[in-house]
Amino acid sequence: MFMIFGIPGPLLFGQLLLGLINGAFYALLSLGLAVIFGLLNIINFAHGSLFMMGAFAAWILLEYLGIGYWPALILSPLIIGAFGLLLEKTVISRLYKLDHLYGLLLTFGLSLIIEGLFRNYYGSSGMPYQIPPALSGATDLGFMFMPNYRGWVVVVAVVVCFATWLVIEKTRLGATLRAATENAPMVQAFGVNVPRLVTLTYAAGVALAAFAGVLAAPIYSVNPNMGSNFIIVVFAVVVIGGMGSILGSILTGFMLGVVEGLTKVFYPQGSATVIFVVMVIVLLMRPAGLFGKAA
Amino acid sequence: MSLTRRALLGSTAAAAALPPRRSRAQAANTIRIGVLNDQSGPYRDTGGTTSVICTRQAVEEFGSHGFTVDVITADHQNKPDLGASIARQWIDTDGVDMIIDVPTSSVALAVNTVCREKNRTYINVGAATADLTGKACAPNNVHWTYDTYMLARSTGGTMVKAGGDSWYFITADYVFGQQLQRDTSTLVTKAGGKVMGASPYPFPGTTDFSSYLLQAQASGAKVLGLCNAGADTVNSIKQAHEFSVNKKMKLAAMLMFITDVNALGLETAQGLNLTESFYWDFNDRSRAFTKRVVPKTPKNWPNMIHAGCYSGTLHFLKAVAALGAAKAKEGGSTVVAQMKAMPTDDDAYGKLTIRADGRLMAPAYLFEVKSPAESKGPWDYYKLVETTSAEDAAVPAGETGCSLVHA
Repeated sequence: MFMIFGIPGPLLFGQLLLGLINGAFYALLSLGLAVIFGLLNIINFAHGSLFMMGAFAAWILLEYLGIGYWPALILSPLIIGAFGLLLEKTVISRLYKLDHLYGLLLTFGLSLIIEGLFRNYYGSSGMPYQIPPALSGATDLGFMFMPNYRGWVVVVAVVVCFATWLVIEKTRLGATLRAATENAPMVQAFGVNVPRLVTLTYAAGVALAAFAGVLAAPIYSVNPNMGSNFIIVVFAVVVIGGMGSILGSILTGFMLGVVEGLTKVFYPQGSATVIFVVMVIVLLMRPAGLFGKAA
Repeated sequence: MSLTRRALLGSTAAAAALPPRRSRAQAANTIRIGVLNDQSGPYRDTGGTTSVICTRQAVEEFGSHGFTVDVITADHQNKPDLGASIARQWIDTDGVDMIIDVPTSSVALAVNTVCREKNRTYINVGAATADLTGKACAPNNVHWTYDTYMLARSTGGTMVKAGGDSWYFITADYVFGQQLQRDTSTLVTKAGGKVMGASPYPFPGTTDFSSYLLQAQASGAKVLGLCNAGADTVNSIKQAHEFSVNKKMKLAAMLMFITDVNALGLETAQGLNLTESFYWDFNDRSRAFTKRVVPKTPKNWPNMIHAGCYSGTLHFLKAVAALGAAKAKEGGSTVVAQMKAMPTDDDAYGKLTIRADGRLMAPAYLFEVKSPAESKGPWDYYKLVETTSAEDAAVPAGETGCSLVHA
């Protein structure tokens, strides 16, 4: 068996792969955040709880209505997206003219309320959610057993990230969106309904979080705290990638997943901190983030 | 923001609606109990509101003995500084006479210091650290339910006997996980086994254990010891199944509760060995206790911590009644001396005694989780594999390092 830095090669490859899998979740979540921040200028602290709601929606669909994983993958983002729509219309839309800080406070408060409600009803130890039969089992890759489900997560995450990037950067709709962020009154003058566009964008960002939630349900226990465990790291990802940069958050998500994975081998105690160390270094060298444009 | 008349009126009205602050001087015949635990984090279901319900149940059943009993609660959020400051405030301004539960070993030790300094009764039920009756023992504290030594002895001892002589640990990197790993390692090495390695992970906040699981597998050890608790244990086991680690290694959940088994589902949990000192379906008395409590907490049946809060509170109240409320208010060490002097007797734990160092001498039960086919009804999860006597489940009296024993 060959060794790299005193670690057996197969183990290291396994860790790299695991890092990519975790990175997939970081990428999906930070993508939604970046979309919302880029186009609405709102720092959506409720993102973690919406991710959690996505997972719970899948669990509730299964538990009470007998609707399985595959339909939930579509239904849950739609349901939670609709909830996001409501949220934007009723409360968040009132903050666009105010300082960022108000958006942060409001969404943080919302996330505390949502998590508290779920905790009150469902407790904190979580609900079991099984891996769909078609994806259960594991494949022997030679250096590790790769659970089929985790492989699926990486593939789906890459596809969804790429599709979102395409829509925003390469389509007419995306161009309108970006124009609306630059100069909303001008776009409105061209006959585009900007407020509706903004509402739909927020809903789309929320739907992305819910989608990640459904993907996460079979891996982690469906648990009211699952979002808050992720969200701080995901914010770091967005900041490192450059606030509002779509491509930046996707690439940084995967990259930091790998960095974290490697830390778990060499110095496990530091795995929770390493991302923030990276954040400090990046902010010192490039205050706008790796892919951000300097203001 | 400018201050409008309406806002001013509104805030004045809100302030008026707030309850008045409790007065410092408590009525001499009111005994106040404070349940301090995690009510919002990973240990909420293993303790949390069900602990409060069980404490109140004990108060209710105890009835009136010439003094009134009052129960207040708070969430320590698993933060030692917060736990200590709540305990301080409770004792200094709210007149709390006894603090119970306090899971999370780091918080438990911090609160222990406060209670000792202020001489108030401290019944720890939820925390695992054996230090509470070891080097941190005090004349005013009692450790109920379980400790790291008992878990190592019962779960660890059985696994080693069954041929699991090489271990790898995945450990929550704080005082509880470290001590559990230490105690289990000692036991494994003593029995002729060896420890191949360990992955201490940051607590709280870790949800993905796959990386540690692969390292455990690569170590070639036969047994994977999970030195963690609550949602962390649930996630570790779930992911061990996902990566087929459970096919190559035996899993030993060093601390697991029936509430965790419920969260995991029998499909995944079946066959696991775990240790508790209470099981609701153990005998007629435990079933009777459970029947009284479950209507109040239908989604979260009592585990050993919840039962311990009931049993501990009841015994405390009996001691207070024996002393008289006025004498009991003199100090925690007086009450605890009385608690040690009389045997316990309640539906959850039966008849037991408390040792000089403050440890409740309860036997430890090693259970195996039933398969879905074996389970006949709700929460019918365990079958008994082995019983460790109270004497064997506790650190031998001379080895605890407790200063009270030599005094």
